[in-house]
Amino acid sequence: MEKLPKWADAFLVPLVSVFIAFAISGLVILAVGEDPIAALRVMIDGALGSTYGWGYTLYYATNFMFTGLGVAVAFHAGLFNIGGEGQATLGGLGVALVCLFIPWPHWSLALCAAIVSSALFAALWAAIPAWLQAKRGSHIVITTIMFNFIAASLLNYILVNQLRPKGSMDPASARFPQATNLPGLDQVLGLFGIPFSSKTPANISLIIAMICCILVWFLIWHTRLGFAIRAFGKSEKAAVYAGINPVRITLYAMIISGALAGLMAVNTVQGEANRLLLNSVEGAGFIGIAVSLMGRGHPFGVFLAALLFGFLYQGGAELALWTKIPRELITVIQALVILFTGALDQMVRRPIEITFALFKKKEH
Amino acid sequence: MDFASYIQILDSTIRLSTPLLLACLAGLFSERAGIFDIGLEGKMLAAAFASAALSYATGNVWVGLLGGIFAALLMSTIHGLASITFRGNQLISGVAINFLASGLTVLLGQNWFQLGGRTPPLGAGARFTEITLPFADDVANIPILGPIYADLISGHSILVYVSFALVPASAWLLYRTRFGLRLRAVGENPAAVDTAGVSVKGMRFAAVCICGVLTGLAGAYLSTALSSGFGREMTAGKGFIALAALIFAKWRPWYALGACLLFGLLEALAIRFQNIDLGLIVLPVQFMQALPYVITVVILAGFIGRAIPPRAGGTPYVKEL
Repeated sequence: MEKLPKWADAFLVPLVSVFIAFAISGLVILAVGEDPIAALRVMIDGALGSTYGWGYTLYYATNFMFTGLGVAVAFHAGLFNIGGEGQATLGGLGVALVCLFIPWPHWSLALCAAIVSSALFAALWAAIPAWLQAKRGSHIVITTIMFNFIAASLLNYILVNQLRPKGSMDPASARFPQATNLPGLDQVLGLFGIPFSSKTPANISLIIAMICCILVWFLIWHTRLGFAIRAFGKSEKAAVYAGINPVRITLYAMIISGALAGLMAVNTVQGEANRLLLNSVEGAGFIGIAVSLMGRGHPFGVFLAALLFGFLYQGGAELALWTKIPRELITVIQALVILFTGALDQMVRRPIEITFALFKKKEH
Repeated sequence: MDFASYIQILDSTIRLSTPLLLACLAGLFSERAGIFDIGLEGKMLAAAFASAALSYATGNVWVGLLGGIFAALLMSTIHGLASITFRGNQLISGVAINFLASGLTVLLGQNWFQLGGRTPPLGAGARFTEITLPFADDVANIPILGPIYADLISGHSILVYVSFALVPASAWLLYRTRFGLRLRAVGENPAAVDTAGVSVKGMRFAAVCICGVLTGLAGAYLSTALSSGFGREMTAGKGFIALAALIFAKWRPWYALGACLLFGLLEALAIRFQNIDLGLIVLPVQFMQALPYVITVVILAGFIGRAIPPRAGGTPYVKEL
């Protein structure tokens, strides 16, 4: 079978996969007795029809950019990091500790510290499974799954027994001081004279996420480390033969992957909640898998896929508000996107390859 | 703590181990045939929902059980299609199945019952009731042995006895039959099985289907025996604990029984005591909850013993031409 042209591989195959996923989701909506076209209209109105809707869409998209990039970097090294959820949980702890216990004079300093701290905590949480895989041969997928659960228990313990303010019943930390609050997206856009709703959780973290997209692109395709990561991911044997240290690359790739997932906490914990909650990650770590698969591991693809999932998330919330369709529809769509862009890739790809081969023959 | 409370803890250990054991044996068949399955959780969840919904609709728990098995088999078919037929990534397929079940159960549950994803509570005929073994009431008064028989061994639902009987049955099937030999062989060296003229795809599909049936039983047990009705996300990580038990058991049936009983005991202890005071240190309940996962990480890393998965696990088989 001939290889597909680059554009078809990068855009056509994922688009067809996503289309199939959406078509099936439409059938599911029909099956529960609702109108899929009307549902789509509610989602578009709710998520993109106002700057308020856009604010939420971009807020969710910010999370998915971070976790999607994290999964993508690991994928390039041939590693499947399912631990984004746990790494982001630990990232949240890192953000909370610097925001709670250091009196910051200005938000910008608090932001820098939160970035470093969240990345550090999450990178450490990713480094342990990486080390275990590289040195002890334990499967990274299983270990990162286990670390998600361990992280949840750990955070539960720390919140209930250490960070919870006296007299409070819910397992959450105290509010962060006012000085650590990040400027909202309305303030950022206000500098350029663009009006934007001030009632949304979207904040300056979006810009950090976009910078991360560029940095990851540069890292993967324009640095020595990025080359080593890709070579290791394509063929471990060849990489080792070329003098690449497998232990080091596994560790570096997972540390970068974990740090990216952890940065998500800057957006949720510092940007939105202003305190550490028990479940501030809310599944965004797993959505990173769908986002990364759909974006084909390319930061620009991840950016677009994150926007799409941000739209789905906000649109799904609107659906639950205005129709009888619960927001779990989004989980179904997410599952189908993972299934078709990831596991059933061959099923989608083969017919496209055959079609291309047919056209090629006619030209000759 | 007196004797009766020991019996109580062990009794709930058996109850809580059962779904783990069924799911663990399910994973064992699949992974021994070379198909990694991190979708145990999703299959259990789908089965739990389907069996509760059907039991409620028909009032007959056996119809519900069949429905649960059917739902889990459906999920298994997707997994088989993705990982055997289209040679996709088995781990990604498993992740997709977990989300598919998590989303669909709530979506359909809300649509059918309007209870926020729960099913209505199941009545007497629509759930598995406890079986009193013969003479249980007569011997209950005999010291020590009486309560062990009457309270610990007797008085569980039929699925509990089925799951424990499945341990020797699985061991026999895997180690004493031609089918078992071939099943283990496709997980270790599929090319050799292929050379012998046995269909690798067929064997793997068979294993994935057995996995579906067993996760179906596990799910049905959760919603129609352990509790009376389905609640959203009611598996709550049990599929992953079963996966952990499978690794702890080094992919062997009898070890799986031990691992599941141990993890069931941990769960029972965590439910009964919030914090365990050992005198020198107090073990917080969160520690007990995390322990199965920590044990798995330690075992997998080979610090205590070594868990080596089936050699061809996770890799699709490409027939040589």
